[in-house]
Amino acid sequence: MNTKNIMIVGVGGQGSLLASKLLGHLLLKKGYDVKVSEVHGMSQRGGSVVTYVRYGEKVFSPIIDKGEADFIVSFEPLEAARWISYLKKDGCVVTNTVQTDPMTVITGAAEYPADIVSKISATGVKTDALNCLELAAQAGSVKAVNLVLLGRLSHYFDFDKSDWEEAIVACVPAKFLELNKKAFDLGLNYTA
Amino acid sequence: MKELMLGNKAAARGLFEAGVSFVSSYPGTPSTEITEEAAKYDEIYCEWAPNEKVAMEAAFGASLSGVRSFCGMKHVGLNVAADPLYTMSYTGVNAGLVVGVADDAGMHSSQNEQDSRRHAIGAKVPMLEPSDSEEALEFAKLAYELSEEYDTPVLLKMCTRVAHSQSLVETSSRNVVEKTYEKNPAKYSMAPANAIRRHPFVEERMRKLAEYGETSGINRVEKVEGAKRGFITSSTSYQYVKEVFGNDSSILKLGMVNPLPDKLLVDFAKSVEEVYVVEELDPVIEEHCKALGLTVHGKDILPICGEFSQGLLRECILGEKAEYPEFGEATPVRPPVMCAGCPHRGLFYSLKKLNCTVLGDIGCYTLGGTPPLGMMDMTLCMGASVSAVHGFNRARELKNETDKKNIVAVIGDSTFMHSGMTGLANIAYNMTNSTVIIVDNSITGMTGHQQNPTTGYNIKGDPAGKIDLEALCHALGFERVSVVDPYDLSQCEKVIGEELGVDAPSVIISRRPCALLKYVKHNPPLCVDSEKCKSCKSCMRIGCPAISMKADGTGTVKAVIDKTQCTGCGICKQMCAFSAIS
Repeated sequence: MNTKNIMIVGVGGQGSLLASKLLGHLLLKKGYDVKVSEVHGMSQRGGSVVTYVRYGEKVFSPIIDKGEADFIVSFEPLEAARWISYLKKDGCVVTNTVQTDPMTVITGAAEYPADIVSKISATGVKTDALNCLELAAQAGSVKAVNLVLLGRLSHYFDFDKSDWEEAIVACVPAKFLELNKKAFDLGLNYTA
Repeated sequence: MKELMLGNKAAARGLFEAGVSFVSSYPGTPSTEITEEAAKYDEIYCEWAPNEKVAMEAAFGASLSGVRSFCGMKHVGLNVAADPLYTMSYTGVNAGLVVGVADDAGMHSSQNEQDSRRHAIGAKVPMLEPSDSEEALEFAKLAYELSEEYDTPVLLKMCTRVAHSQSLVETSSRNVVEKTYEKNPAKYSMAPANAIRRHPFVEERMRKLAEYGETSGINRVEKVEGAKRGFITSSTSYQYVKEVFGNDSSILKLGMVNPLPDKLLVDFAKSVEEVYVVEELDPVIEEHCKALGLTVHGKDILPICGEFSQGLLRECILGEKAEYPEFGEATPVRPPVMCAGCPHRGLFYSLKKLNCTVLGDIGCYTLGGTPPLGMMDMTLCMGASVSAVHGFNRARELKNETDKKNIVAVIGDSTFMHSGMTGLANIAYNMTNSTVIIVDNSITGMTGHQQNPTTGYNIKGDPAGKIDLEALCHALGFERVSVVDPYDLSQCEKVIGEELGVDAPSVIISRRPCALLKYVKHNPPLCVDSEKCKSCKSCMRIGCPAISMKADGTGTVKAVIDKTQCTGCGICKQMCAFSAIS
């Protein structure tokens, strides 16, 4: 098979490293060659962050380039918009709808694009947008946005739910397991 | 079974399997996790040293004593440690010694984009360059064999994409090698009479290592029959070449980038019609090929700045442009910012109020230069703030400039221990009226919370020696040493103003632990009373990511605090003239 590409984008500190860890674990279990590329250091301090997950028979480059991603999983809509050019023309974006203003918007140097989700959708890519913060809070913690997003993403894969659950068990601390499973289910079962 | 492993973690696994027992490093993105992961093995003694020079010399001492040792650093750290490196090349080693150095093409978290291969050439030591996690593990182990066989320190060169990418590795068991120390001043004591005899050894060693590079398989040809194009490449660039050209072009994949294998390069170039050298940053391999009389493409078509990618190769070599969706309007940039509750914020706001000229340094507080605070006039390298403030002030004296400029140096606790102390000694010794602010957040922040000599804990989190900053500054000749709480704006402004006004050098320690430290208890989040808020935006001047202006029910724009981010530090509350924040 050709290499498949998933990008996880968001704001430093939102928990994208757990999402990529979980995907990496799952894809490895399914027998694929996997590469995951992360960003550490300065960007983690509230900057725009991106993680690349690639899988297939044999993966070479650890990064994803413009026009190559099959999926963008986004913790924040402006980040989905920023990275949209990395998506294939028929790619799919799964995004949280809750906005986090960058400092440039906070200081008034720039404006947050209005109607951002419909503008993303207007680029022609499949757009799946949901308020993950609300669902995460419903699961028990606003920090579980990552699992809500993964639950939603799991729609688009043929893997059994038990495969995802096994990966959740392997990657999250035992004391937060139920919370994270619940968040995953809420994302999975979300209907617009 | 193969497991998915971060490049840096795989390098650490390589250290474990090679029987390394001693690691001394200074943190620096993207190298930090090698040492953090090594510290998870009980079999390896690990420590954070005050700086890279100390780390490398400590590792040298351990090697001399007879245990395999390692030190890790980022590319600019190797500049700090260049002094021991260039002469360790002459002494060679007793037990194997490997230096891990991580370059940061693209400057994800660095102040420059220098190419460490230049140091390998300058110091005349071998450099291995892995292209993924599996090679990071293998090459780390191989580096110890080469180090002992060829009597040399070995550089293991990582880059951001190898260090911070996970790929599959297979692990094996640990094999400890220990040596005894035997006196040999002719080899280890590099006074001129001895060093003169060691230099020919260094040249001969590099000749032998070049031979090793021709035949050992560390550099390999991946031949495609009938291929017209050939690529010479290494590191993460190899992965991009493989992805785009792997099916129809031959590749000379270099695992050892110093010394380079002349015969392999020449024979490979002869075997194809066109040769491309694909290497990030400097044209090191390209220049070597050209010196051998080969005709190659390199920086004539590929950039010298920034990172490569598969898309970049497609565009530069094949002229193929990718197709992709476009958002159609500009997306506001999202630069990194000081976190909500960051203790540096209050300090920088006070500097802004005093209209200071700030000579800054390397750390989280470098973010004090970003809007809306924008309070950094200079950032150069570790420790430069303290040294430069002295030069700046002395030069003003020489020019008879007496206008008030409120010039300060700002340096973090870890950076001060790294190389701020010597600059402070210079101020005391050569006597300028300089003001140095040590922003002490009780941790090395930007690299992800490493302990340092001022925190009282070691790399494992166990109690350790603790340097008393106040006593240290006094001992270095500073009579005026004061401590402020950066959450208290009026105190900060008062003390900094006073110290700038006196005719004596002084140190101000702005002390408050990083808000992200687990033991730091936060106050309940603050809230804006929208009835009292006059929309004056005073609270917006501190650049807190938790505060924004949002329209309320009536459409009036008021300040709003994001409860999920706010740590209750109270700085915004001190900014509000209408008592709207509580």
